[in-house]
Amino acid sequence: MFTISTIAQPDTLEAAYKVLKEKRSNAVLGGCAYLRMGTQKIHTGVDLTKLGLKYIKEQDNCIEIGAMTSFRDVETNQVLNKYAGGLLAKAVAGIIGVQFRNAVTVGASVFMRYGFSDFLTALLALDAEVELVQGGRMTLAAFLDMPRSKDVLTKVIIHKTEGQASYQALRNSAGDYPLVTVAVSRLNNEWKIVVGARPTRAKLAGRAAALLNEAGTLLGAELAEQAAQTAADELPFGSNRRASAAYRQAVAQTLIKRAIMEVAACK
Amino acid sequence: MQITVMINHRQVTLDVAPDDFLVDTLRQQGLYSVRRGCDTTCCGLCTIWINGKPTLSCSALSFRANGKHITTIEGVRHEAEEFAHFMAAEGADQCGYCSPGFILTVLAMKRELVNPTEDDIVHYLTGNLCRCTGYQGQLRAIKKYLGVTA
Repeated sequence: MFTISTIAQPDTLEAAYKVLKEKRSNAVLGGCAYLRMGTQKIHTGVDLTKLGLKYIKEQDNCIEIGAMTSFRDVETNQVLNKYAGGLLAKAVAGIIGVQFRNAVTVGASVFMRYGFSDFLTALLALDAEVELVQGGRMTLAAFLDMPRSKDVLTKVIIHKTEGQASYQALRNSAGDYPLVTVAVSRLNNEWKIVVGARPTRAKLAGRAAALLNEAGTLLGAELAEQAAQTAADELPFGSNRRASAAYRQAVAQTLIKRAIMEVAACK
Repeated sequence: MQITVMINHRQVTLDVAPDDFLVDTLRQQGLYSVRRGCDTTCCGLCTIWINGKPTLSCSALSFRANGKHITTIEGVRHEAEEFAHFMAAEGADQCGYCSPGFILTVLAMKRELVNPTEDDIVHYLTGNLCRCTGYQGQLRAIKKYLGVTA
């Protein structure tokens, strides 16, 4: 079990970042559902609940999700349910139970780059950015490629690019951690293929997406199969006690094909 | 740290440590219906309501409850009893260990979902595990309690 010596509840983002940087063992507290399963010894737990970061706001060109927004809020939000076939809402709906989704936060799931994160897989398939106190604003893909540093993620920004998306995941049982997660999108006629829970964090399959982009509107089952195979070949898969690398790779290929066909069928 | 919370409509001021979880804090207050089960945030036994929303008390830090309304099954006793009759009639209860968390989730669902289907019910209750009943009796009880025919 993790321990916390003291709590800081800053009133500003700058103050939160300052406290976080003061000591190596200081940490931001999200929903704590995953943190509690570890043995981390936290000196000062930085609690962001006074910063008003629990929101989903629809702007003209984007949707902003505050870092302290719960997965249940994402699941039930009407705006997110309508955008890109409700991709984000569908992705989080299968995570354990309502009680759990009421606790876990968007910020923690994105910032920690959890490999098993359904949310991160879906988010990477969208035109998304993150905003950090120190790091500023950047694309989600750029953020995921950066080495981890001490910072405070304040919000996720999703640009309302026109298009469709599909989410697929395989679990041993309902509500369990996923063995493989897949999100495929076609936004502004540009395809994105993302595979997560490999078991490491979600990653874009660029070569496979390029195959689909080159094909334009001539997309059939054969090309979907080829793209799925390319994606499964270009991404690294690993083994853990839930599934072997070979099993994940085989399942991913099937899920990717299914997702491509689902998106292709959308008008 | 000192927090002031409304527990089952009663204002209480408590001293909590920074890393105390509500499951322990509430049990220290004699609310033994709040049970520790899996301890890995997936069984739903420790379900409570925080400001009316079902939440796992095993991962909710106590200090964050400051100024909030906490409800355990003791706080919705009459409603729980009403539903318990449906459970008994359907043989949906065996050891009873998961019942408080399960019933709180059912009552939260009743408030949140309008005319739920069987699929909606099953989905809402995915986070409540029961190792005795096999869920069919519980599902029958909920459907009768909510008047779901589909």
